[in-house]
Amino acid sequence: MGSGETMLVAMTVNGKAVSRDVDPRTLLVQFLRDNLRLTGTHVGCDTSQCGACVVHIDGNAVKSCTILAVACESSAVTTIEGLAAGGTLHPMQEAFREHHGLQCGFCTPGMIMTAVDMVNRRGPDLDEHTIREDLEGNICRCTGYHNIVKAVAAGAQAMGETAFKQAAE
Amino acid sequence: MSATGIGASVRRKEDFRFITGKGHYTDDINRPGQAYAYFVRSPHAHAKINRIDKAEAERAPGVVAIFTGEDIAADKIGGLICGWMIHSKDGSPMKAGPHPALAQGKVRYVGDHVAVVIAETYAQAREAGEQVNVDYDVLPAVVDTGSARSVGGEPVHEVAPDNTVFEWHLGNKPETEAAFARAAHVTKLDIVNNRLIPNAMEPRAAVGDYDDGADSFTLYTTSQNPHVARLVLSAFNGIAPENKLRVIAPDVGGGFGSKIFIYAEETVCVWAAKKVNRPVKWNSDRTEAFLSDAHGRDHVTHAELATDANGMMIGLRVHTTANLGAYLSTFSSSVPTYLYAPLLSGQYNIPAIYCEVDAVYTNTAPVDAYRGAGRPEATFVIERIVEVAARELGFDPAEFRRRNFVTSYPHQTPVIMCYDAGNYGASMDKALELIDYKGFPARKAEAQRRGRLRGIGFSAYIEACGIAPSAAVGSLGAGVGLWESAEVRVNPVGTVEVLTGSHSHGQGHETTFAQLVSERLGIPIDNVTIVHGDTDKVQMGMGTYGSRSGAVGMSAIVKALDKVEAKAKKVAGYVLEASPDDIEFKDGKFTVKGTDKEIDFASVALQAYVAHKFNGQDLEPGLKEGAFYDPTNFTFPAGVHICECEIDPDTGVTRIENWVAVDDFGIVINPMIVEGQVHGGIAQGVGQALLEGTVYNEDGQLLTASYMDYCMPRAYDFPSLKVETTETRCPSNPLGIKGCGEAGAIAAPPAVINAITDALGHENIAMPATPLKVWRAVQEVQPRMAAE
Ligand code: FES
Ligand code: FES
Repeated sequence: MGSGETMLVAMTVNGKAVSRDVDPRTLLVQFLRDNLRLTGTHVGCDTSQCGACVVHIDGNAVKSCTILAVACESSAVTTIEGLAAGGTLHPMQEAFREHHGLQCGFCTPGMIMTAVDMVNRRGPDLDEHTIREDLEGNICRCTGYHNIVKAVAAGAQAMGETAFKQAAE
Repeated sequence: MSATGIGASVRRKEDFRFITGKGHYTDDINRPGQAYAYFVRSPHAHAKINRIDKAEAERAPGVVAIFTGEDIAADKIGGLICGWMIHSKDGSPMKAGPHPALAQGKVRYVGDHVAVVIAETYAQAREAGEQVNVDYDVLPAVVDTGSARSVGGEPVHEVAPDNTVFEWHLGNKPETEAAFARAAHVTKLDIVNNRLIPNAMEPRAAVGDYDDGADSFTLYTTSQNPHVARLVLSAFNGIAPENKLRVIAPDVGGGFGSKIFIYAEETVCVWAAKKVNRPVKWNSDRTEAFLSDAHGRDHVTHAELATDANGMMIGLRVHTTANLGAYLSTFSSSVPTYLYAPLLSGQYNIPAIYCEVDAVYTNTAPVDAYRGAGRPEATFVIERIVEVAARELGFDPAEFRRRNFVTSYPHQTPVIMCYDAGNYGASMDKALELIDYKGFPARKAEAQRRGRLRGIGFSAYIEACGIAPSAAVGSLGAGVGLWESAEVRVNPVGTVEVLTGSHSHGQGHETTFAQLVSERLGIPIDNVTIVHGDTDKVQMGMGTYGSRSGAVGMSAIVKALDKVEAKAKKVAGYVLEASPDDIEFKDGKFTVKGTDKEIDFASVALQAYVAHKFNGQDLEPGLKEGAFYDPTNFTFPAGVHICECEIDPDTGVTRIENWVAVDDFGIVINPMIVEGQVHGGIAQGVGQALLEGTVYNEDGQLLTASYMDYCMPRAYDFPSLKVETTETRCPSNPLGIKGCGEAGAIAAPPAVINAITDALGHENIAMPATPLKVWRAVQEVQPRMAAE
């Protein structure tokens, strides 16, 4: 921290307004982990390739190691901790558990956030090929991806059904 | 089978915290007042350190302290150890060079630890680290495995003037020579088993904490075996006696072997915590992980297989040079020796085998166990040479294997192992059916019409797991016993905690171990909690690696459960006023034989603690039992994997089209979890075969030190995998388990390369079979194919 100067940054994280004085070099992932102690978002690399750090910024999946916290001023950030609404697991979280889409769990938050974004972008009918291609930015060393692909497909379907139900209500 | 008992695909108990972001990995742990460590690492592969000037860095903002090898030496902190003694053919012990936690006088690989900077923030530590001035005399680097012994120049370690750690052998040389003398055919093959970088997704991390009131230490660390870490840190590094040192390995994000070892960074963090009297935290970044995590494999091998006129294998001889890197890591010496050569018999009846292994030092990162550890290297040798031999002799590769399979048990191989049970033909049959082997020629022809080259490759692997009988490994040089411990604590309300010396870092023990207890005690699985990874809770254990936690760790739980049941029967006897011999225990109920008098497990637990019904002199109150289980043999998982691939001759890109795995893991506790282990193993094996290559240049600079340069397998590299099992019970442990954690990584590489070489009609394809290598091979074979 060369000069020791800090900047005030304010944003909404998981629905809560937060603001902190930070070193302007602070990455969003550091802000989440170190300043807010939201340690569900992980750091698996230093070249923005592993996807362990994926969060949603204003509804879009972003690798939180690639963006400065101060660049997220006034944004709405959702992390893995904010995905389960009111204590009910998100359908994608359920699908990862149901289909054994995780082993050590380290890549999992990023995988789930990426998968939710995939469905938001492409809709609930995802074929295997699309899922595999779209997971390019997420590395898992444990699962061989087989069950992750199954989980994403099933989670996508479940998200579609949930959306359908909500629309019907 | 109950819904949560043995054999059920129970959904994992541990998943809730991981899918909600509530896991507790080491980097998630923060201690009040903690400072941060940054390691100054050598930029040179081989150099003398003339001087370290830290004055400027010490004045940098936020710096708390800077330590070097001198401080480590002054505090008499012992060097890092290698816990397995190997003797050379001539009887001399392996040549172990010194391995200080911070370099003393010399650095031996890029990434070697020179100094540690401790500061208020990680950024400050890192910035100050840039200002530590080290004056080096750069020496020529020894890099290449094959030529390490003959390069001359200054050796990596003084104790090994020609960079040779040991020259070891196994098997029977005269018998093997005799077999070759009468062979009808000899198949020869040169093989490089490429160096891999493990890359668990969670980088290594440590938080060292010192309590000056109690003069005791706590180390939070990314370990597969916290008790072994404590033992080594205490007995060899001299950090503190074991009763003053607690090691906690919380949630660990994958290990694959790389988190077995006791590294410099963790050692320094816990030592430095006392020096600065503050918690010291270190978290590896990915580049550091590439540089300093122990790598895997790195063998150069020449192999020869002798066959008789009937196509029966009669002899195998193998010469391997194994690169152990710059220092002997914790178990490095065992990997290319006793974890390797004893598996060279594969699934085959080969009467004579002789293997020589020369281990060398180079100026590269230390090499140690990585998923499979020695067994993938052995399997690659035997499964490649068998495939090549079948082709040379004009046999169908499945048929050639089958005629040489071991078919009766126990089967003593010429290289230590005694296979206790298996049915290799059954796995082969099932795999052939699942891949539709008969339909392959049509698929190949169809691919040809599309301009693609299609190939099929086999791998009939065997591994030795359930590591391992203590006396046996002791006689082979291990410094430790490889038993496992368990303690079953029944609470007064009938819920149960199981403390295990195994450690889960993705394997799902919190579920599978609970399944065992739930079934045995007839209690809901939610009433069972598995405790691991903390030396203050679990007294002692040997940790998780070598596919040992099912076969050895769960067997220890079975032993403890036997004792719990025996004691509970006594308690029930007092309550039901019957002799314990007349008490039966089934489905969670104790019944007096032949009567309807019964009491459930929870009530017996309560009675054990209130102790009103019996005299504490005759029967001690309480219900808690521990056990140590030492296996009687290795276990021998085996199976057949078949890979079908297609090559685009214009680009050299290989796509895997079909994958079939049929594995015999003995009794399976949770099929869902076992399949997941197989998937992950296959992915790592395919990574080795197609994608992952570690490249050092001639100066010893690691060129593949990031995910931009080291190709990790991605989701699109795989088809959907067909994974099935056959079952022969393992006779050497009470549950009949063989183990499944490493199978995929062991089986996969030869299956892939056999498929590619089948497609190309060209045997000389080195791993990783990148598009460039395959394309070059295509250029060589295409004129020949066109002429045919
Ligand atoms: S930590 Fe962000 S991509 Fe790896
Ligand atoms: S579950 Fe371990 S890295 Fe994906």
